[in-house]
Amino acid sequence: MSDRRTLQIKQISAHPGPIPGEGVQRDLEVCKLVDTTTCIGCKACEVACVEWNDMPFTPTTFDNTYQTMPETAWSFWNLIKFNEHEREDGTIQWLMRKDQCMHCADPGCLRACPADGAIVQYSNGIVDFNQENCIGCEFCVSGCPFNIPKFNQTTKKVYKCTLCSDRVGQGLEPACIKACPTGCLKFGSKEDMKFIAEERSKQLREHFGYKDAGVYDPQSIGGTHVIYVLHDATRPELYGGLPKDPQIPWSYTVWKWLAKPVLGTLALFGLLGVCLHYVTVGPRKPQPEPPRKER
Amino acid sequence: MATAVDRFDDKGRGLFDRIGTNDVYQGELLRHRPYTRVLHWMVALFFFLALFSGFGIYLPWLFRWFTPIFGGGALARSMHPWFGVAFCFFFGLQVLNWLEAMRWTKVDSEWIRGLRNQVLKPEKLEPPETGFFNGGQKVQFWEILIGSVVFLVTGIILWVGAPTFGPTLGRIIVAISYVLHDISALIMLFGIFIHLYLSTFGEPGTFHSMTRGSVSEAWAWTFHPAWYKQVTSRDPRQAHEEARRQMETGPR
Repeated sequence: MSDRRTLQIKQISAHPGPIPGEGVQRDLEVCKLVDTTTCIGCKACEVACVEWNDMPFTPTTFDNTYQTMPETAWSFWNLIKFNEHEREDGTIQWLMRKDQCMHCADPGCLRACPADGAIVQYSNGIVDFNQENCIGCEFCVSGCPFNIPKFNQTTKKVYKCTLCSDRVGQGLEPACIKACPTGCLKFGSKEDMKFIAEERSKQLREHFGYKDAGVYDPQSIGGTHVIYVLHDATRPELYGGLPKDPQIPWSYTVWKWLAKPVLGTLALFGLLGVCLHYVTVGPRKPQPEPPRKER
Repeated sequence: MATAVDRFDDKGRGLFDRIGTNDVYQGELLRHRPYTRVLHWMVALFFFLALFSGFGIYLPWLFRWFTPIFGGGALARSMHPWFGVAFCFFFGLQVLNWLEAMRWTKVDSEWIRGLRNQVLKPEKLEPPETGFFNGGQKVQFWEILIGSVVFLVTGIILWVGAPTFGPTLGRIIVAISYVLHDISALIMLFGIFIHLYLSTFGEPGTFHSMTRGSVSEAWAWTFHPAWYKQVTSRDPRQAHEEARRQMETGPR
C-alpha cells in the first residue's frame, strides 16, 4: 500500500489553533474542466454522481426544458442547467452548464461556517463537508455565491458535491468525469486544465466565430477548482445564473474572526463586573440594618 | 376605556390569581402577583434554553460543551428557533402586563443620571421618588423589548434561510441578520448578569418577590420608596426612621 495517497488539509472551518499536518506534503491543485460548448446534455454525469455517492432517488420536475430539476438538492449534487437562449439575430442557442460545487480557492461556505471541522479545504483545492461536525445552521448556504450547499430536513445537516474526494484521494478521477461520453468534462491539475481551457477558447474565438468565448475562473474568490469554457464569457448569467463577480459577504470575515470573540468577551465582563462589585462595593441591604460590630 | 387587549390581559391575571396564592406575612407587601411570576419564569426558562442552545451556534469551538444538553449541535440548532419563539411569546404577554408600570418618566431620567454613583458609592436608601420599577429596571425592560423584536425579525429570516429571499438578496439579508441577531444576544447576555446579581446577591430580599410574591416593608421603603408610599400611604423615610429607632432601643 505504499502508493496510497491521503488528502492534506489546508483549511478547517472555525478551527482554533494550527491545522494538523499543514504543509507537510506538497500537492498539485486539482481542477475539473467543463467545456459547455461540447456538452450534449445527456445527464450521464448526473446519474454517475447519484450512483457513486449512493444517493436516494430525488424527484424530478418537468418544466418543458431538458433540465432535471430547478436546482441541485441535498441528494442531487450535479445538475445540467439548461437555457434556451435567443440571440440578438433571432437564432436560438441551447446553453447547457454542469452545475455543482465550484470548490472555490476562497470558499464562502468555509468562511461562514461556525462549526469547528464541519468544512475542510484540502491542499489540492477540494472543499469538503464533514457532516458529523455540521450543526445545520445553514450559514454556508448564505456564504456560497453559487447556491450549492443544500439542507436536509431529516438529518438537519448540509450536503454538497465533494469533487469525489474519496476517489481523488485514491488517484481516481471524479465519477462525473468518468461517465462523460463527449470529453466535455476533463480532470487534472489546475495548471493543465487552465491551459486546455484557454486553448479551447482560442479555438472557439478564431475558428468557430464565438468572439466572446472564454474561461470562467472568477478571481474575486481566488479562482475555482471547477472551471468552464463558455461561448460567451462576458455573460455567464445566461448559463443558469452563473454569477459574473461572485462575492462573499464581508460580515463573515469581520464579524466571525474579529468581532465575535471580542464582543463575546465584553459580554462576559458583565459577569466579572458583578462579581467584583459584590466583593468590593458590596450588596445593598434593606434598611435599617442592625448596628455593625465595633472592631 | 378597556381595549380587547387589556381585557385579555385581565383575564390572565384573574385566572392565575384564582389558582395561585401569595405568601404575604405581617410586615410584608405583595409585589408580584402569580400571573406576573409565572410569565417571568416562563420567559426566564426559554431565555436560558435559547441562550444555551445559541452558544453552541455562536462559537462552537468555545461553547460546544453546551450542545450535548440538547442532543448535539444539529438538534440544538433546530430547537433554538422554537425556544426563541416561546421566549418572545411569553415576553410579549409580560409586556402587556407591565406596559403601564414601565412607562418612562422624568424620575427615571434622573435615576439614570445618578447611575454612576448608584453603582460605585450607593446611597443606603433609594431616592424617595423611585416607584414600582426604577430607571434601571425600565431600561432593561425596553432593551429586552427592542432586542426581542430584533431577535424575532432576524431570527425568522435565519430560520427560513437565504434561498427564500432569492439567490443574491437572500445572502445579503442573512449575512446582516446574523450579525444583528448576535449583537442583540450579546447585549441581553450582558444585561442578564446584572439582572441576576441585583435580584439575588446584590439586593437581598428581592428574589422572594418572584417566587412567593412578597417583599418586606423594609425592602420596599429602601428600594422603591414611592411604591411603598403608594401601597401603604405611609411616608417611607419616616417609616425607616421609626424602624431604625426601634432597632436601637432593642426589642420590646
